[in-house]
Amino acid sequence: MVNELREAAGKLLDDGKVDLVIGWAKGSLPLASTPVFISSSDEADQLVFDSTCGNNLTVYFTKDNKKISRDRKKVGIFVKGCDSRSLVLNITEKQLKREDVTIIGVPCSGVIDTRKVRRKAEGREVLEYSQDGDTVTIKGKEFELSVPLEELLSNACLSCLRKDAEEYDLFIGEPRKFSGESDPYSDIEEYENLSADERWERMNEEYSKCIRCYACRNVCPSCYCNVCFVDQNDPQWIGKTPEITDTMIFHIIRNLHIAGRCVECGACERACPMDIRLLYLNRKVAKEVRERFGSDTGTDLDQKPAMADFREDENQDFIMG
Amino acid sequence: MDKKYVPRITSFLCKWCSYTGADLAGTSRLQYPTAIIPIKVMCSSRVDPVFILRAFLKGSDGVLLGGCHPGDCHYETGNYHTRRRFAIVKTVFESLGLEAERIRLSWISASEGPKFARVANEFTETIIAMGENPVKKKIFL
Repeated sequence: MVNELREAAGKLLDDGKVDLVIGWAKGSLPLASTPVFISSSDEADQLVFDSTCGNNLTVYFTKDNKKISRDRKKVGIFVKGCDSRSLVLNITEKQLKREDVTIIGVPCSGVIDTRKVRRKAEGREVLEYSQDGDTVTIKGKEFELSVPLEELLSNACLSCLRKDAEEYDLFIGEPRKFSGESDPYSDIEEYENLSADERWERMNEEYSKCIRCYACRNVCPSCYCNVCFVDQNDPQWIGKTPEITDTMIFHIIRNLHIAGRCVECGACERACPMDIRLLYLNRKVAKEVRERFGSDTGTDLDQKPAMADFREDENQDFIMG
Repeated sequence: MDKKYVPRITSFLCKWCSYTGADLAGTSRLQYPTAIIPIKVMCSSRVDPVFILRAFLKGSDGVLLGGCHPGDCHYETGNYHTRRRFAIVKTVFESLGLEAERIRLSWISASEGPKFARVANEFTETIIAMGENPVKKKIFL
């Protein structure tokens, strides 16, 4: 598959269809791949794709690096299922034009959470990581472990139903269609069933770990304001400390800002250095948006994001007179 | 809670409907509690969820949001957006274990002075029954 991927990228560059391809390359550490920018076909052999390619590359179209799309007219990008939804969302939000981007889908079987790998290794340093189908082999100095991929997958991938891109120009292999069978939100039911005080305890515990590094915001392709509300001084919306008062407001407001725009790729949770379960709240809101407004984020190029849209005859049971 | 307890209810009222409605309640000499602290905004959709959250976490016992009836918005569609946003704010409040009954959205038109007085009385009673905002004691402030 890797060869097909490299050939496809090389061909696009040679034919002049794109000026730049954004993909993943092998990182300097065994568990992390790194984003790579390929501008000529002889560099294409750096490209890889496996379960360590967790970055959502769509961020390169929307963050301060909008210069990518400013300097280069035509860009090719490799996408997993979730990345393609981000891309579609950003196109509906007019951050880029569909015709300027060549979307290359790759068959995704989920990406790993490096913390889960480290937990398996029980503190020993992981020096080598290889994957063969559904089995992963982790090697270190004096140990070798064989683990099913399922046990290492990122939380977002465990409940993912649309693993493959549905909007693409070119697909490596054969895309699987959306099955829609199981209930994607079964994992947050347990959380929903807690009492109000327990929910508060749980959230308090999670968010008090936050050190305000903003990694979650920076990897999120839906978070692209030129000046984020946390960086503003006048008016200053929230305090700058890592105290629970301020971290809580940061997380709640970020959540409200990506309501109806979160594609549940889980990049925020994987980026978090403090292991905060950010997806609890994200997915709870996503579920509400899906049930209440009936929109499936990032699956339709003609659909407005849920919070920018409305229906006149909507259910307003929560309004008391 | 002693009888003198007066809660603090931050109210964001849309200039075209609810604020005028509150004005009508006043000029009609209708009584409503002093707990209501009105803030005039140009449209209910001007109220960013951060306003509600900040008011709440900084010690308001309740937050009231008033807008025009659906279809009556001065800017045609503003209140439809408010409605969607408010639904999500409520969800987030509930998921965090905060008391979602402490925030309320009501549609009050400019001619509904009596309705404004009723909503203000009702909501204040609800808040008094619930007591002080527990968030104050939990961590914030």
